[in-house]
Amino acid sequence: MAHQDENGSARATHSRRDFLRGAASGAAAVPFVGGVASALQGQPPSSPGAAQAGAPQTVTLRINQQPHTLSIDARTTLLDALRDAVGLTGTKKGCGHGQCGACTVHVDGQRILSCMSFALMQEGHEITTIEGLARPDGTLHPMQQAFIDHDALQCGYCTPGQIMSAVACVREGHAATADEIREYMSGNLCRCAAYPNIVAAIEQAAKVRSSEA
Amino acid sequence: MEHFAYQRATDADMAVRTVHARGPQAQYIAGGTNMTDYMTLGVLRPTLLVDINHLPAARYARIESDGTRLRLGALVRMSQAEEHPLVRSHYPLIRDTLLLAASRQIRNMASLGGNVLQRTRCEYYRNSGWECNKRQPGSGCAALEGLNRQHAILGTSAQCIATYAGDLAQALIALDASVETIGAASGRRTIRFAELHRLPGTTPHIETILEPGELITFIDVPAGPWTARSRYVKVRDRQSYQFALVAAAVALHLEGNTVRDARIALGGVATVPWRSREAEAVLRGKTLDEPLAAQAADAAFAHARPGSGNAFKIPVGKQALIRALLEAQSMQV
Repeated sequence: MAHQDENGSARATHSRRDFLRGAASGAAAVPFVGGVASALQGQPPSSPGAAQAGAPQTVTLRINQQPHTLSIDARTTLLDALRDAVGLTGTKKGCGHGQCGACTVHVDGQRILSCMSFALMQEGHEITTIEGLARPDGTLHPMQQAFIDHDALQCGYCTPGQIMSAVACVREGHAATADEIREYMSGNLCRCAAYPNIVAAIEQAAKVRSSEA
Repeated sequence: MEHFAYQRATDADMAVRTVHARGPQAQYIAGGTNMTDYMTLGVLRPTLLVDINHLPAARYARIESDGTRLRLGALVRMSQAEEHPLVRSHYPLIRDTLLLAASRQIRNMASLGGNVLQRTRCEYYRNSGWECNKRQPGSGCAALEGLNRQHAILGTSAQCIATYAGDLAQALIALDASVETIGAASGRRTIRFAELHRLPGTTPHIETILEPGELITFIDVPAGPWTARSRYVKVRDRQSYQFALVAAAVALHLEGNTVRDARIALGGVATVPWRSREAEAVLRGKTLDEPLAAQAADAAFAHARPGSGNAFKIPVGKQALIRALLEAQSMQV
């Protein structure tokens, strides 16, 4: 895989993303994902009176049209399940409190915050992440292409959430004007303040969609 | 976050029995936007979560109207209500409070029943390191002498000045809504929305009159000659995706410019959803103009008790109410 480094030169080496993805799939091999989480939080694996509450539970999530059967702690958020158990690290953890929108994914076509939902609650629903937007042949979704065309990011950390939110924003019919885009995208913060370019990208993608319709 | 057991309920009565049997350590979860947040913070520590999203949607996620009232299932999502033709065309105040709340992602998740019970955003409540009578009864109130710019100026007590954060509740209290509930002991009952929330008094940790395990199943809003001419003005630190500093909900029944009836509620300034009957009394039977609106606003805040950091809410709140009244007056209905 070729990557651009800070100087813009291509290099074919292991990236931080590949490393993290490998680490995540390693974690998924551990049957009790929540055990990892509780160890990180410095909590005992089971608090008094919660013996049955601490047991791992099996859940099957449909993510990007593929079923994934996971054994997880009930406390695992959808976000943590996607990243740590399935290895789909495109969805980002920002604030963890529903205040930034970085973790936005689609559930049954609606945009939601994956940090504010427990994974167990999403059984039986169709989950779409940023990894599921492009076509199987690699052709980018018009919104992804629009973000590239308009340079609608700086650091890029909020971008997967911005794009997932933007796709839903257009689909909902809330991208008719720049003001409407700003209002309906207000749940996605960008600390680099790439907002003008994000709005421009969404306006472009909305036109593509309406010309296709 | 502490461990919890997770159960799905497909029957409302069964869900109520399950939560009631487990006691106060059991909680319902629907959208989860409030529950997961406060569980992550360690403020709420349920040992059992009963997931009510699988209750029959045809019953509890439905919006209907027979012309005399709007009936909202408690599992209706905020975004579902804001886009519903009945709400958009006949209850603009409800639509406004929903559209101006949170973000679209959160509105896609949050249920109406959970929304009206959302917890305060008081930072001293949210952070377990501080004294808070609401989170830990008897520990004190750090907000009284702390940073209280966001806090309430109406309905406060010596024990608690935490603001009720929601928007929809202001529409519901203004429009004389009621909630239908199921309780293990009380069975099915109807509670006037105005009686649902309790003033903090000396027991700020008891926020509603609901019994342990009692579940809100429906919200009913009567139609009246004031529902069409209704308006919500919300003032915030940023233009969107922010809780109210002050907010005014108004519904007017006008004949010409004479006020036949007025319904007024205030958000962001009180410890509970706040109906201002004092302001309504000023308006009733009079000709609505800006000076009369200002008199009503004076009456609405006559008993306000600001702290060290939130006296600004009085003049800003008055202006929000004046604006809401005049904008409602100019609506074409």
